[in-house]
Amino acid sequence: MSSTAIDTTHGAHGEHHHGGFVAWCLRWITTTNHKDIGTLYLLWSLLMLFVGGGMAMIIRLELFQPGMQFVRPEFFNSMTTVHALVMVFAMIMPAFAGFANWMIPLMIGAPDMALPRLNNWSFWLLPFAVGLLLLTFFMPGGAPAGGWTLYPPLVLQTGDAFPFAVFAVHLLGVSSILAAINIIVTIMNLRAPGMSLLKMPMFVWTWLITAYLLVVAMPVLAGAVTMLLTDRYFGTSFFSAAGGGDPVLFQHIFWFFGHPEVYIIILPAFGIVSEIIPTFSRKPLFGYAAMVYATASIAFLSMVVWAHHMFTVGMPLAGQLFFMLSTMIIAVPTAVKIFNWTATLWKGSLTFETPMLYALAFLFLFTLGGFSGLMLAMVPADIQYHDTYFVVAHFHYVLVPGALFGAFGGAYYWLPKWTGHMYDEKLGKLHFWLTAIFTNVTFFPQHFLGLAGMPRRIPDYAPQFTDFNMISSLGAFGLGLSQLLFVYIIIKCVRGGPKATAEVWDNPSGLEWTVPSPAPHHTFDEPPVVK
Amino acid sequence: MTIRTRVLAPVLALLALSIAGPAWSDFELNMPVGVTETSREVHDLHMLVLWICVVIGAATYAAMITAIVKFRKSNGAVAAKFTHNAAIEVVWTAIPAAILVAMAVPAAETLIRMEDTRDSELTIKVTGYQWRWHYDYIDEGVGFYSTLDRESNAARRTGSGIDPTTVDNYLLKVDNDVVVPVDTKVRLLVTAGDVLHAWWMPAFAVKKDAIPGFINEAWFNADTVGTYRGQCAELCGMDHGFMPIVVRVVSQEDYDAWLNTQRARVSALTQ
Repeated sequence: MSSTAIDTTHGAHGEHHHGGFVAWCLRWITTTNHKDIGTLYLLWSLLMLFVGGGMAMIIRLELFQPGMQFVRPEFFNSMTTVHALVMVFAMIMPAFAGFANWMIPLMIGAPDMALPRLNNWSFWLLPFAVGLLLLTFFMPGGAPAGGWTLYPPLVLQTGDAFPFAVFAVHLLGVSSILAAINIIVTIMNLRAPGMSLLKMPMFVWTWLITAYLLVVAMPVLAGAVTMLLTDRYFGTSFFSAAGGGDPVLFQHIFWFFGHPEVYIIILPAFGIVSEIIPTFSRKPLFGYAAMVYATASIAFLSMVVWAHHMFTVGMPLAGQLFFMLSTMIIAVPTAVKIFNWTATLWKGSLTFETPMLYALAFLFLFTLGGFSGLMLAMVPADIQYHDTYFVVAHFHYVLVPGALFGAFGGAYYWLPKWTGHMYDEKLGKLHFWLTAIFTNVTFFPQHFLGLAGMPRRIPDYAPQFTDFNMISSLGAFGLGLSQLLFVYIIIKCVRGGPKATAEVWDNPSGLEWTVPSPAPHHTFDEPPVVK
Repeated sequence: MTIRTRVLAPVLALLALSIAGPAWSDFELNMPVGVTETSREVHDLHMLVLWICVVIGAATYAAMITAIVKFRKSNGAVAAKFTHNAAIEVVWTAIPAAILVAMAVPAAETLIRMEDTRDSELTIKVTGYQWRWHYDYIDEGVGFYSTLDRESNAARRTGSGIDPTTVDNYLLKVDNDVVVPVDTKVRLLVTAGDVLHAWWMPAFAVKKDAIPGFINEAWFNADTVGTYRGQCAELCGMDHGFMPIVVRVVSQEDYDAWLNTQRARVSALTQ
């Protein structure tokens, strides 16, 4: 049997103590198993949640009251910059890559990802890329402090860290592109007999579309940062007016990557929520085909709205009108998705386990983030909102209760499948309520701050902004602390707990529930037949 | 450090709220109404969109909450089997689209007026530098730098020990105010000398990026005498948070008098 050969080189669960510590390390470094790599991705993103979260704590600590108490302004700017880079590239994207690795082969009845060695490489690029990025804190001139958007000319004032940060972005991009290619090839080629595209679970669909977006968007970012590099070291002037270039050109290129990136982050969360809600409503997803088309429309539209991040740069009137209208149109497929999830709940038979609680919070709070997004699309109003805390509130509402709650929900949903044990439901619910409440305490007051006129990315503020900043900081500390509970719940679940059945939940649909819990190291060596 | 922070911060917060809270209380919830026609239109638009969102939100949330309350398994709810409904799906695609059109029309109208910089009566060139503004009244031969007020600048140093609440208009006061006459269409030519900045005056609903090598146009026509405060709105490096903008709107006579003293100062310097 061919699987024997694989087992001798990579070992299976429980066999890794034979060769001691070195062999154990080598097993994880050289693994090509989709479940191992999925686990690595997920643990990595959990670690990064605390690295990026620690930076958020420093930001909120300094903003707790007016005056500069703890850090210098330049370090504060590094904190906001690297917090964003870590959360986007090192935490949330790897988290969803982890879900993809674990679940896509199980959901489509494939034995593994199509390109297992590439899979290993795309994960192991990550620690090096992020290590490089974090090392810049110890370089002369400090870590990048020009914002995660890397706008020139400011970003060109970065110290020795500059080329390292650019190289780190390149590596992160390579890692994401390789993962995306692998996902596309897997979904296109390894589906079990009978699983046509329109029979795929929604999570697989959203990831297929996300992977295409990654392949389109990430090379554009790589191009943009390479142009920054040549502007600084090789005498080009892409972004310098003195040499015939234009700083705004960078913004156009960056946001041509940046807006699809927003949907790269949120679409997999849409997919997870589309799995969770039907399971706990005991009712199939409402309007499956409409959901697929809405996701595809959102992905397409995401590539033609980029300049809505740039309404104050002095675009021609016609350009502003185009980007306002295209942005508003995105609200239609997004609304369709929200209505479809609500209709899935309608006349269901609902229970409220932790994954469902996260999915419902996602539904409520992502909608709220969508509303502030609609407000931001109106150009004249955006002139006031732009670069204020209103924007900070908006994107944190779509990223935290949106993407992160999606990931939390998914973690609780599939944790029994991964570990073979049920997690502690009581603690899971406690984690949910703490997280949901503190998320709102942290980010809701930031709407008010922005409307009252507080610019974003400032380390200090006028005293009239004090009250809401204090509330926001307190919420942030609570939110940060609550995540320690999440780590405890995971450790507890890995070590033991009530034995999970293969189905785990009450008659869920999907091939992943046909394999035992924990899922054996190798699954679907013989493809299942889908009717 | 973060662990200590997490423990200490809530305690500090409660102390601070109980001691100094009232002195700082503002709790401003909404966008203030400005002093130009444009800013009032923008405010109206903001309220319009906000209320539309509130109404749609109320309906959507009502449906979600009803489902959550009514269709609980613990209440004996049995799941229905339906998977789609073409009619209702067409309706809830069409309705949002119609609402969007209704919002886009007034937004476009306001935008078109905001972009119309013709027939201005006074032109000021605004140049952003790290970290101050320079104002050039190009037809009057008057120009000056405008920098963060000295008292704020001392208080804002890390660990200065100065209580910001004791500083007059902390972080929102400059050494040289921009002075403009009331009821006058003022055109701004906005640019920068080093990196990107953005000139933002909330009371006028003007926010324009200052881009080195390029000149952006903006305008305002303030109809109320007073002092208005804003800040740089585009991250421009270390002291981005410390380059405020202050515009004093005065009567035509006061403006003329101010202009004369400025001219006298310039000629004294050039002699």
